Amino acid sequence: MAHFPKPAEGSWTEHFKIDTSPTSYEDSISPEHYEAEREAIFKKTWLNVGRVEQLPKVGSYFTKEIAAAKSSVILVRGKDKEIRAFHNVCRHRGNKLVWNDFPREEVSGTCRQFTCKYHGWRYELDGELTFVQQEGEFFDLNKQNFGLAPVKAEVWQGFIFVNFDENAEPVAEYLSRFGKGLEGYPFDKMTEVYKYRAEIGANWKLFIDAFMEFYHAPILHQKQAVDEESRKLREVGYEALSYDVDGPHGLVSSWGGMAPPKDETMVKPIERVLRSGLFGVWDAPDVGEVPMKGLNPTNHKAWGEDSFLFFPNFMLLIWKPNWYLTYHYWPTSYNTHTFECSLYFVPPTNAYERLQHELAAVTFKEYALQDANTLEATQTMIESRAVEEFPLCDQEVMLRHLHTTARGYVAEHQAKKQQASA
Amino acid sequence: MSNLLPAQFADLEKYADWILETEKERYAKRLASSMEEMQAFYDEAFPRLEAAVPYLKTVALEDISEEDRNLTYLFCSLVNVSFPVEVWRQARVPDSGASMVDCIVEPAI
Repeated sequence: MAHFPKPAEGSWTEHFKIDTSPTSYEDSISPEHYEAEREAIFKKTWLNVGRVEQLPKVGSYFTKEIAAAKSSVILVRGKDKEIRAFHNVCRHRGNKLVWNDFPREEVSGTCRQFTCKYHGWRYELDGELTFVQQEGEFFDLNKQNFGLAPVKAEVWQGFIFVNFDENAEPVAEYLSRFGKGLEGYPFDKMTEVYKYRAEIGANWKLFIDAFMEFYHAPILHQKQAVDEESRKLREVGYEALSYDVDGPHGLVSSWGGMAPPKDETMVKPIERVLRSGLFGVWDAPDVGEVPMKGLNPTNHKAWGEDSFLFFPNFMLLIWKPNWYLTYHYWPTSYNTHTFECSLYFVPPTNAYERLQHELAAVTFKEYALQDANTLEATQTMIESRAVEEFPLCDQEVMLRHLHTTARGYVAEHQAKKQQASA
Repeated sequence: MSNLLPAQFADLEKYADWILETEKERYAKRLASSMEEMQAFYDEAFPRLEAAVPYLKTVALEDISEEDRNLTYLFCSLVNVSFPVEVWRQARVPDSGASMVDCIVEPAI
């Protein structure tokens, strides 16, 4: 029995005109397809690499490894306060410019200028080459022509994005209607952050799949609830309030679960005492009026959370009790990726609030560990190709949308390439 | 040892090895502990947390004392241990195999 209304077509999948037949996961197990995705998706779309709070002052910088685009990027705040992005490569002999100890590890800090470890070439925060060791030994070297190679970077609502396609449309246009709806949300008031990272033995899309449907939650995570509550969750199953599609982007709008629970005996003792859990702190901190224009699209009183997937790999989860979560999925090969999760809260003022956040963050990790391990189990079995078609239900509509979108980007890119070479 | 914790929590000082500043250390200690050890810590510390809620709400994080900081970290460990004790009945998350999820940034107290 449906608890929440579906579109007139009878299902979300048909409403969005997405094929309802069993689906293939060839796009998640083929090394060739992954190579095509790198060119067609990761070198062509806006990628979120962090937040402005990571670059608080002039000279603040951090590096971001983007293996899918075969790139490392430096993000830096210049003397004019502008945030810029550069390829992390010295113009002299191609050494990686910014790194400590381990060239593949991301770093952050504050500096006046960047100095190459190899021959001491120096660059200003705006990328200008200012010093060349033994400059007189070079042949007609004009330093103006050897500044750091820029990467297109833009900030939307405090989120820093880069794009390797210099002809890309502005990020606000790319984020489209969903992005517009979130403008003015008080992200800047939620600056206490917990970040987690995991190396996942699965294709990047498969982990997004796991977070764009909650059909799995009553089963995979059943032991996380007390027995009675768990039994009820299994019987009822899961239905979203609504789904939405905005070009390549997707949205799952969900009810609020147990924050706060109707019956406090239904939650774990530590949750009862700290009034917090997977859905965050039960009592929302005051952040002033929250603009709701892009949130809770069905205006449902049971609304608890909206999960946006900004294609390709940036998920933004806005929770009713005034906090948010981000997920990033950075491919490292066709069957591995680095998963990052960040939880953002209004900074706590007292020890009790700090412990409430700790519980939310630790609970997240307990769930993520179960999800991550299940993913590896999925990847290895679909790679066996013993079974090649899989039925997906209407609560999994966003998975179909993601895979269809990603395949569409690859097909379009390959068609353009063929046209160009014809 | 004395004065690690505020005077009214002095009885919890026997669990001082759970005063750990990072989630990584707290989680590692959880994995290295027996259920009996965690149960004993939980059984004694949980009722103290429950009773300490009004007090903890008066502990401002700005200019927090060393004793209160230790107490907060001790209760952070209690939060971590609550999962094995209240739900899992084992230190590791069931079905998590060799998976690792590392905390790389967390707010200091």
